[in-house]
Amino acid sequence: MRTVRICREDELEDQGKTVVEIDGLQIGVFRLGDDFFAYKNLCPHQGGPVCQGRIYQRVVEKLDPDMKSRGRDFDTNGVHVVCPWHGLEFDIRTGKFAGASDVDIMSLEGYATQVQDGDVYVIVE
Amino acid sequence: MDANIVPSKAMPVQEMDVYTDTRDYLAPARRDAREMGFADWFICDIDAHHLETVHWHEVIEHIEDPVVRHQAMMYQKERFGAPPYGLNGDLGLRYQDVGGRIPHQSGQREKVEETDVHRDVTLTRRAMEALCVDKMVVFPTPMLFLGMHPQVDMEVLLTRAYNKWLTERVLPGDEGMASLVLLPFNSPEEACRTVEEFADKPGVIGFTVTSTRYKPVHANEYMRLYSMIEETGKPIAFHAGYHWQDPSLATCNSFLGMHALGFAWCNIVHMTNWVLNGIPERFPKLKSVWIESGLSWIPFVMQRLDDQYLMRMSEAPLLKQMPSDYMRQNCWYTCQPMEKSSEVGLKATFEMINAKTQLLYASDWPHFDFDAPRVIAEIPWIDEESKRNILGMNAANCFGLEPKLRWK
Repeated sequence: MRTVRICREDELEDQGKTVVEIDGLQIGVFRLGDDFFAYKNLCPHQGGPVCQGRIYQRVVEKLDPDMKSRGRDFDTNGVHVVCPWHGLEFDIRTGKFAGASDVDIMSLEGYATQVQDGDVYVIVE
Repeated sequence: MDANIVPSKAMPVQEMDVYTDTRDYLAPARRDAREMGFADWFICDIDAHHLETVHWHEVIEHIEDPVVRHQAMMYQKERFGAPPYGLNGDLGLRYQDVGGRIPHQSGQREKVEETDVHRDVTLTRRAMEALCVDKMVVFPTPMLFLGMHPQVDMEVLLTRAYNKWLTERVLPGDEGMASLVLLPFNSPEEACRTVEEFADKPGVIGFTVTSTRYKPVHANEYMRLYSMIEETGKPIAFHAGYHWQDPSLATCNSFLGMHALGFAWCNIVHMTNWVLNGIPERFPKLKSVWIESGLSWIPFVMQRLDDQYLMRMSEAPLLKQMPSDYMRQNCWYTCQPMEKSSEVGLKATFEMINAKTQLLYASDWPHFDFDAPRVIAEIPWIDEESKRNILGMNAANCFGLEPKLRWK
């Protein structure tokens, strides 16, 4: 098990990320508020560089009480990283494919993170 | 805290965008290719794309009609904020990148310093290197909609201009590039002229009907064309596309739904007419290749036509075999986008289409649903010979290509 130093805590802004390499292993580290999340830079769909994709907020459809559609909107509570190869969206908090939420489709490979003395670390097996 | 703290290094490309070098974008595919030893495999990509409209000012120089050419050049020079001259395009083109989520679909504005070849040659080479592709067929993009152009003359002029531009200015830059030149199919006479003039041009390995169109492929006026193409020994390809103004597809309110159906629908219709009217019986040596509709439509059409044929054989009197037999023996299919959510379904499809001999690898790079060669190589239930066939050898046989290894 190795502890990898990523960056200073304040170097990552909210909903920001950095993608790093350690001996050929590529890891994306994401910040949401005071929380940090780390994932392997490998999309489970077709092996794309998922962590080098853009960050988007979840899109939701607004329904009125009569179940009529009132258009779409962004949900600020759901933040996704989007694989730049094919557009698959993953919830940064869970690492899970963000669509078809009732079923488990696929997930990113995650790593534990730690913050100590203002530095962000990732624990790699 | 662990005493053995390891430093990390920030990746040079933090986020992919339209300026990212193709080799960086496809670096994971290059890594896969190294690990899987693809340099020893002949890999032929039957369907990749370039964006011809980036160089439209060059294409229009090849328009034969001097008045239209002048009009086009003046338009390109002076008109600001308008689509390229003469092209009809489709509304769907605006949605392909999913609002910027898939930047390579939006554009390839990466730096190209090479000046000895056309920019599109350099971009294609970069993709070939990353995907470890030995031979790559390039298709245009918005021109795939030309079959819906209200002016048949314009389809003819632009198709001819593109074919000339491609074969004279682009393809000579790299012998690894190839084309299935476009047929101005709404004019059978001009389509025949295209075969006459382009069949022997270097890099031309076949002919393309852009499938988004309403002319029936079994119309008598096309028989001379099919006969001529059969004689060349080169295949005729049907490259799928969508058409959001199609009345049934116009009910789809998302690109997702319209594209999912549209890219299969046009080839479903053409295949139905192709087989039921006995084109494979009339031209037994004519090879047809069905491009970019995915694979799952094929078992559907096979079963549907077989079922109905049994009850109404008098409506398809030329058939000497079941419709699915022709689809399995006389037709080739490109794999992309290969629907993989059901392994059972995919396995059945491979069996029904005789994938070992009839399936051809296609990337569709740089489009949003591209497939890297690993989609074939990592299938656990086909043998290595089948994988090598699908990734390249079937194309070598179908198109008469020398399986030259470029990256060994």
